[in-house]
Amino acid sequence: MVSIAGNDLRVRAWEAAAQVVDPEIPVLTIADLGVLRDVTVGDDGHVEIAITPTYSGCPAMNMIALEIELALVREGIDGATIKTILSPAWTTDWMTDDGRRKLRDYGVAPPQAGGSRRALFGVEIVACPQCGSSETRVLSEFGSTSCKALWRCNACREPFDYFKCH
Amino acid sequence: MATPSITVAETPLVLYALRRADDALILGHRLSEWCGHAPMMEEDMALANIGLDLIGQARELYSYAAKAEGKANDEDSFAYLRDVRQYRNLLLVEQPNGDFARTIVRQFFYSAFVDAYWRAMMSSTDAMLAAIAAKSEKESAYHLRHSAEWVIRLGDGTNESHRRAQMAVDDLWAFTGELFYADDADAALLADGTAIDPESIRAGWTSMVTDVLATATLAQPKSDWMQKGGRVGSHSEHLGHLLSELQSLQRSFPGATW
Repeated sequence: MVSIAGNDLRVRAWEAAAQVVDPEIPVLTIADLGVLRDVTVGDDGHVEIAITPTYSGCPAMNMIALEIELALVREGIDGATIKTILSPAWTTDWMTDDGRRKLRDYGVAPPQAGGSRRALFGVEIVACPQCGSSETRVLSEFGSTSCKALWRCNACREPFDYFKCH
Repeated sequence: MATPSITVAETPLVLYALRRADDALILGHRLSEWCGHAPMMEEDMALANIGLDLIGQARELYSYAAKAEGKANDEDSFAYLRDVRQYRNLLLVEQPNGDFARTIVRQFFYSAFVDAYWRAMMSSTDAMLAAIAAKSEKESAYHLRHSAEWVIRLGDGTNESHRRAQMAVDDLWAFTGELFYADDADAALLADGTAIDPESIRAGWTSMVTDVLATATLAQPKSDWMQKGGRVGSHSEHLGHLLSELQSLQRSFPGATW
């Protein structure tokens, strides 16, 4: 049975951790991204935060773990454990609607619902985050970070990042 | 004084994890050699990104192997402190980058195999291996798409790109048989569902490679003579050179961090 104090601590820890932003995409918090998976409080008041990587080699994970620790210390919660879990594997489906909107406003096309990485030569239609045109084309499947591809809009001629389906 | 190599208690499970981890690390390192040298910036970034995914997968598999072994070894000591004969990767992935066509063909042969392999491993009876596979198959799907598209573009491109792509296919073909290698060490793991038999991937791999090469107007080699040895530590001369670069810092300055 979780005590009221334990539950209150859990909420405070979650809220503090949820404020941490992705160092590569600073408009998104780790809660928007679905990277923050769980916060638990043991009987002894020990806080454990579970996060999951977007990509296996994502170099932002160490920094995110450090930022969570700092956010918790600022909230007066010391000695928390931050653990990385792999299962279930992260998917862009976990990105919140709010996160998708923030991403678009930031100039990054959000992941397409129903887009398939399995389609070997699949045709994806991605709307330009600048002008909204769907006259766009892929320049490279691999962009400035693991999670993005590089696209260009044929209408406004601007290149843009597309957050890949995963 | 140089740091000596570690010893590894290679139980079947440790060996199984190390074989997969070594494939990912060595190919990831090969791709990192392209950084700043690729024919165009988009491809420079693509190859570095694929390398990053592979090294991430290697880290998870090494950490798993370390836990399975239960000794003092960890992901870093597996990568930095094993000598060439202790590496268990496929000969295919250690082959030098050559030109862009050779790198792409090597990637395509590997990705077409491993993408299907990870998907099969998602149903491993070992929860951690299944989790690593579920993570990795999302990444390998993009690696496969990227390399298959390039094989077609190069094969069905100019006379020169066709010539180079065909040469790469011909030269690397003899290393593809080892993709399906399994030995006595795997038997018990296959029986209890921990490991996936690479032979179960062969039909799908062959059909995909045949399709893509045909679309690329490239001839599929007829020869079925296949080279092997990497899985038991008998490597080509290239791996030692690769490791000397990969390991030199940790060998010269034990435990160095920054």
